[in-house]
Amino acid sequence: MPVVMDADRIGRTLTRIAHEIVERNKGVEDLALVGIRTRGVHIARRLARSLKEITGDEVPTGALDITLYRDDLMRHAVGPQPLVRRTEILFSIDDRKVLLVDDVLYTGRTTRAALDALIDFGRPRSIQLVVLVDRGHRELPIKADYVGKNLPTSPEESIQVRLMESDGQDEVVLQ
Amino acid sequence: MTPAAITALRHKDLLGIADLAADEISLVLDTAEAMKEIGSRPIKKVPALRGKTIVNLFFEPSTRTRTSFEIAEKRLSADTLNIAISSSSVVKGETLADTALNLEAMNPDMIVLRHSSSGACHLLARICRSAIINAGDGMHEHPTQALLDAFTIRERKKRLAGLKVAIVGDLLHSRVLRSNIHLLTKMGAEVWVCGPPTLIPTEIRRFGVRATSVVEEAVRDADVIMLLRIQLERMEGAFFPSLREYFNVFGMTEKRLELASPDVMIMHPGPMNRGVEIASEVADGPYSVILDQVHNGVAVRMAVLYLLAGGSEHEAAA
Repeated sequence: MPVVMDADRIGRTLTRIAHEIVERNKGVEDLALVGIRTRGVHIARRLARSLKEITGDEVPTGALDITLYRDDLMRHAVGPQPLVRRTEILFSIDDRKVLLVDDVLYTGRTTRAALDALIDFGRPRSIQLVVLVDRGHRELPIKADYVGKNLPTSPEESIQVRLMESDGQDEVVLQ
Repeated sequence: MTPAAITALRHKDLLGIADLAADEISLVLDTAEAMKEIGSRPIKKVPALRGKTIVNLFFEPSTRTRTSFEIAEKRLSADTLNIAISSSSVVKGETLADTALNLEAMNPDMIVLRHSSSGACHLLARICRSAIINAGDGMHEHPTQALLDAFTIRERKKRLAGLKVAIVGDLLHSRVLRSNIHLLTKMGAEVWVCGPPTLIPTEIRRFGVRATSVVEEAVRDADVIMLLRIQLERMEGAFFPSLREYFNVFGMTEKRLELASPDVMIMHPGPMNRGVEIASEVADGPYSVILDQVHNGVAVRMAVLYLLAGGSEHEAAA
């Protein structure tokens, strides 16, 4: 079970992404972070802390649950529904540059659902995509703007992102 | 609040709280918490039930429940149709079963049924493929009302277990009472019921509640007081001398409220008879959560619709 990113590596990567965000947006004015539940939210909060350290400014941060926007809901004749959790975006996203944050980018279907959900909250000036790991195998025309690590995988493999907040430790594991 | 351990209900239908286990009740309440946020968005709609057809079949008058179901269905993007009995073939003498089978021939996914006969939804559940949701059947159950009551209590008190809940009013004719007793006792609350002796069903104590006709006893130190409507339309005999007398002996007044816990919640499933079971000062007072109940009803019904739309765990395993 090879560990492809350890805690140090994850920490350095997120700091680097935070710097890239500041550079590309020429500061953090009008930025907002929205993490996709569950681990995207943890990463978004960490990025908010890094951005605060770098620029001294707070970036509003929210949590998005995409369950009700999934394209595989109701596709099976019968079966239990996925658990719905709370979306918390307590600020207006109108005219903001929204940074959508997820742990792993794979087929792109989660991102598609998140884009649809975000648009229901308002009309952001732009949406940029931040992911810790891009493992390839896209099924939709979606591309990340900030990538922690590109990790070529086979579809049979699985990528586990574990974070302190939900899993007690920081690591990315390839299985 | 601990997350629910299960992710699906075990039944195709929601006929009553009697059929639900505590973990299923928690699942509905947890899902409703997530659903509640949707109602505060600029666009109050999610695509979850796109392409699902839901029939609201109401054989009894209803404002709150029917509107609440309809809003919940629309917020989940389902296609809804409302059948008002006055303009349907029921007035020509069609039976409930025939009405349901004919509606089902048009392939809806769910039927929300309100009927004056206890057990009407059980009949439909047996003969229909669609998921049946009980929106009140006679004097039997009104499960979504009990779920929204529990949601409102849990939101305020952060728990249900160990709370003293006093339910005062027309116990005999109330489906809200029956659903609430099932739910609250399953979740570990201490339930007291109170009303005139003529309106206390015999054997009610078998449901694990304490019954009294002394309102002060029921209300003392109560965390929640739930008032039930005096259902004049269902009363065929003389159960008490007059509405005035009922109010004097059982009506919830500010004075009686002083006996309750200092952070008591006053609930009423509506419609209220002001000056009969509840004084206007109490209904509009600081302890009243009556409009929160209505507000939360939409989120709770969204949760029920969403959870039933996927079918049951049992069917998926089969």
